[in-house]
Amino acid sequence: MRIKPADQRCRRDDDDPRAGSLWLRGGLIALGVSFIAFVVLLPLLAIFAEAFSKGWNTYWTAISSREARSAIGLTLLAAGIAVPLNVVFGVLAAWAITKFEFRGKQLLGTLIDLPVSISPVVGGLLFVLLYGAHGWLGPWLERHNLQIIFAAPGVVLATIFVTLPFVVRELVPLMQLQGTDDEEAAYSLGATGWQMFRRVTLPNVRWAWLYGVILCNARAMGEFGAASVVSGSIRGKTVTLPLHIEILFNDYNAAGAFACATLLTLTAGITLALKAWAESRGAAAGNGRRSGGLIRNAGGGAAVRR
Amino acid sequence: MGAPHKTRLLPGFGLSLGCTLFYLSAMILIPFAALFLKAASTSPSGLWAAISGPRALASYRVTLLSATLGATINAGGGFVLAWILVRYRFPGRRLVDALVDLPFALPAAVGGIALAAVFGPNGWVGRLTYPLGIPTAYSPIGLTLAVTFVGLPYVVRSVQPVLEDLDPEVEEAAYSFGATPWQIFTRAIAPIVRPALLSGFTLALARGIGEYGAVIFISGNTPLSTEVTSLVIVGKLDQYDYAGAAAVATAMLALSFALLLITNLLQSRSRAYQAG
Repeated sequence: MRIKPADQRCRRDDDDPRAGSLWLRGGLIALGVSFIAFVVLLPLLAIFAEAFSKGWNTYWTAISSREARSAIGLTLLAAGIAVPLNVVFGVLAAWAITKFEFRGKQLLGTLIDLPVSISPVVGGLLFVLLYGAHGWLGPWLERHNLQIIFAAPGVVLATIFVTLPFVVRELVPLMQLQGTDDEEAAYSLGATGWQMFRRVTLPNVRWAWLYGVILCNARAMGEFGAASVVSGSIRGKTVTLPLHIEILFNDYNAAGAFACATLLTLTAGITLALKAWAESRGAAAGNGRRSGGLIRNAGGGAAVRR
Repeated sequence: MGAPHKTRLLPGFGLSLGCTLFYLSAMILIPFAALFLKAASTSPSGLWAAISGPRALASYRVTLLSATLGATINAGGGFVLAWILVRYRFPGRRLVDALVDLPFALPAAVGGIALAAVFGPNGWVGRLTYPLGIPTAYSPIGLTLAVTFVGLPYVVRSVQPVLEDLDPEVEEAAYSFGATPWQIFTRAIAPIVRPALLSGFTLALARGIGEYGAVIFISGNTPLSTEVTSLVIVGKLDQYDYAGAAAVATAMLALSFALLLITNLLQSRSRAYQAG
């Protein structure tokens, strides 16, 4: 594990004039800790307290019911399609953006960032207006007996849409930093395009890439707004795990809703652990991210700009 | 997309850009075209009626107000969190660092029901506040809590790297020349951190404006008082009012787009500070 400069500074708290007085220090720590305790820690604990409030049996019944299993299945299916597609897209888009100069690059960057800059509900609405019964392609789909909206394909499409930027936004800043020298050397020494890509480019961006996959997957499994608009919430058919939680919660089955919520909470925990791992490995390999956040340079749109 | 400016040395330009454009067209451009087509095929008066209906108008105010309030709380709380994470070592520091990312990793709907459980009338906090006459859920307070929750990581993670990069010598020099801690903070630290703080604020604001999952479980969703714009769109969809939904969505997009421009402006300024 890399020692952050922060840690070196922390050790000097007592003799460092910059640390401020003991009172100030204590007050700020108390303020920050109680802020996050109220807003994040208490809700996190409440999920587990509520889930087990009616005992193990209720918990187990809630997460193993037929509807819960079908919801888990659809969530895994949507993530299983959205993540690989967006990974392939992310690598291709990052390659085009960082290795070549062309006009319209900024516009391309804005387009890629659109799904995270708008409300997921609007994202879902786009697909309803395109593929829904009254949508643009609705009549054509109906004639061919295809249903996308209020069916599983709509949920998959909405999931792809909201998770589209995650991989490319991780790759672009790093690949921009690395430039084209390594690839040009490999290529001019006679490597084929594929060899160069596999032996030079991929190892260079491995950890940032993994990081993007983790984020993309977390968002795919948790997507709610866009999915709820396109799914129509047909129980056992078009309901993902977050939508299943909503249904249970609105049915006054709080224990059941929280039981299913623990599954997604555990997924979030695994995401955070994997993130810490990818980050420390990336830092060790010198091609990871610099700071601790899940949000790359906090950038709505900054990723692609110079 | 025109021809590249210089001779291309590396392979794969056509393939990668072609696939990118194809994918973006299918997933983003064509769906957006469907939205604008729907909005354009509605009569201007009908469009305007949907955009400026009383519920829609109230929802813009509610959405903007709660998102601004949430982002402001996050600017204050997030700055303090970033400060103590960077500068101090205290028990539970690593836990706090991990908790900061949780609202980003946790599905919004789960965050929403968890907040409702804590701040609702029978929750750990609600049991204390409701007898005092403070409705912490199903009210504007609940709505603000939800947008604060989802926006929390943005300010902390924007400010943290800037604080880490501060040159200790500047502060040490100021101190040795007799500056008070408050002077050091306002003159040496605040100007450097301000752009990052602003950009974190804008990101939290944008996230708050678009938030749906966390909000609907705790805000009460009362029309005219706690109904957010995303919910107005869903409501119109539930009544098969597609044109109305498209109209309100277009208004919301205009707002998001304005925010995106501000974010980028702030970020280029922030980067200019860091470079200079």
